[in-house]
Amino acid sequence: MRRAPAATRLSLSVLGWIVGGITFFPIFWMAITSVKTEAQAISSTPLLFFRPTFENLANMIDGGDYLHFATNSVIVSFGSTAAALLLGIPAAYAMAYYPTHRTKDLLLWMLSTKMMPSVGVLVPVYLIFRDAGLLDTRIGLVGIYTLANLPIAVWMLYSFFRDVPHEILEAARMDGAGFLQQMLWLLLPLAAPGIAATALLTIILSWNETFWSINLTSSDAAPLTAFIASFSSPEGLFWARLSAASLLAIAPILALGWMTQRQLVRGLTFGAVK
Amino acid sequence: MKAKSIFAGLLGLAVTGTAGHAATTITIATVNNSDMIVMEKLSSQFEAQNPDIRLHWVTLEENVLRQRVTTDIATHSGQLDLITVGIYEVPIWGKLGWLSPFTAIPASYKVDDLLPSIRNALTVDGKLDAVPFYGESSFTIYRTDLLQAKHLTMPENPTWSQIADLAGKISDPAHGVYGICLRGKPGWGENMGTIADIANSFGGRYFDMDWHPLLTSAPWKQAVGFYVKLLKDSGPPGVVSNGYNETLALFASGKCGMWVDATVSASFLNNPATSKVAGKVGYAAAPYATSKVGSHYLWAWTLAVPKTSRKAEAAKRFALWATSPAYIELVARTNGWGAVPPGTRSSTYRNPDYLKAAPYAPAVLAAMQSADPNHPVTQPVPYTGISYVGIPEWQDIGTDIGQQVAAAVSGQMSVDDALKQAQDDTTRAMTQGGYLR
Repeated sequence: MRRAPAATRLSLSVLGWIVGGITFFPIFWMAITSVKTEAQAISSTPLLFFRPTFENLANMIDGGDYLHFATNSVIVSFGSTAAALLLGIPAAYAMAYYPTHRTKDLLLWMLSTKMMPSVGVLVPVYLIFRDAGLLDTRIGLVGIYTLANLPIAVWMLYSFFRDVPHEILEAARMDGAGFLQQMLWLLLPLAAPGIAATALLTIILSWNETFWSINLTSSDAAPLTAFIASFSSPEGLFWARLSAASLLAIAPILALGWMTQRQLVRGLTFGAVK
Repeated sequence: MKAKSIFAGLLGLAVTGTAGHAATTITIATVNNSDMIVMEKLSSQFEAQNPDIRLHWVTLEENVLRQRVTTDIATHSGQLDLITVGIYEVPIWGKLGWLSPFTAIPASYKVDDLLPSIRNALTVDGKLDAVPFYGESSFTIYRTDLLQAKHLTMPENPTWSQIADLAGKISDPAHGVYGICLRGKPGWGENMGTIADIANSFGGRYFDMDWHPLLTSAPWKQAVGFYVKLLKDSGPPGVVSNGYNETLALFASGKCGMWVDATVSASFLNNPATSKVAGKVGYAAAPYATSKVGSHYLWAWTLAVPKTSRKAEAAKRFALWATSPAYIELVARTNGWGAVPPGTRSSTYRNPDYLKAAPYAPAVLAAMQSADPNHPVTQPVPYTGISYVGIPEWQDIGTDIGQQVAAAVSGQMSVDDALKQAQDDTTRAMTQGGYLR
């Protein structure tokens, strides 16, 4: 394969850094705002150099009940991801290996459910939750996140499974392997990067979900998105406190993304280059 | 014998267990205002005095809170026992029967001490549907140092043309100081809070007595034309991005010579921790054009108990505690008189300690006493509310008018075109709402 000219490589590299810088800038600005005073945070001349204060961050952890919200976020995002995979893997397997003439329609229909604004179904969902006693419960939130993420999980898993050659599974069947053995010893290991990418994406989507978490929880099951929302004030200065809350809210998922970036990139590009 | 002992032990455990679980937990939905934060911190004292009640707090952004509360009440879910609602919602929700009125009020609460304008606004069919936590009106806030430097004086009751004149004289964009800052961000609770007051004082009515919109009438054209010209001549750049908080930030950082807005701003601007201009700020009455009627608004955050709450008695007990004279004294003892919730009780404004800590208090009281939501403009109107119209459709209508006016401020359309569009949209909304045929 011929290497691109040095100038092209340099331009692409510079472009990559610029795009990366633009993407990262809001997070950087949020991080430095979180260690400013409220007066510094609203300064119309943006301040880059100042004496940092960790009062806002300390107040969040001491008085903001951060750990309660963080625990809820971990439970509902990991719980809903596990449930979405448990339902999504068999569904994607069936569609990838035993398609019917309606499989494509079914997949499109599943995806179309994501196109409806959540607020459109708020009242019926709220009534169902009320009658089932699921309001302000973690199990209720796990349920709604599972349903919200299932279409994306099935779509991703379906495309990853389709990249695993049928012949391998056929050979295993000829050797007498049953469904569970094919699943556990062949399909899941072969599609592991794709499954990991699906899991990471659904964790991130669940972690960041705001609409349902604010509308269906009050205090017991409220996750970190509700924690952030509580710092917005109609009258008064709140940017430094809000930034501190946001920083603490995204810190765990940022760390997870950082640690698993290799698997995430590998999974998301799995099958992209044949 | 052994079995009997075990049974007795279990019975004893059950009895003590029952006693231990007797506390009623009430869920309070609120916004993140500094006064609310103080209330949450001090509420442990209420729990100590009332061991049978436990408090659960849900703090939400203002618009999210409205959505949550509306959903909860409309679906009879009873998730929230005490809610923070504005003075706009109380009469509407009270008439719908959504709120449980405060009927058994103890004498120690001193209900007659509540400011009459606030108490009247919260009374529906003779019953107090909500209790006020803090109240506010609007007035003129100005930089004394900038006026003194130019040998200018702020009148006690300025007119809008005097304000425009002063703004032009102290405006110094080259040094980052703009003559006047006003809310410009579209929204019924944002730019319309200011524009409605200006329109009222020019004699502009939203509706005639048959609910026909009057947004293309001469007073409205004069008022909006004046507002747009004032901001173009002496306002900061990017006005349409500035809501209350952004304008507060601009004034606090020394970028504005004048500001006409909420009286509650005074406590932020007087505090050196949050304001660079502390000690250089003066206060006067809200400006007027042809009439002082409706030139300044009235607003209050209140505590109300939804009809759907299954713990209404406990919720009311806490609401009465948090809005009582004893609570105001508690805040003064723990946080100082400057931190007490303003705008609810006459006794607060008679207290020499408060008047010392809040030099702006007389101006606030004068504004609150003269703001009458039942007479927002000189001519008769079918609605109540000064900076809003007390009908459920107002949030959509007000936000739409605010968007058209913002388009005029940013130069996307003329004032006449903006008001014509607002008139057409409002007529459509009122027809859909069944007010017009």
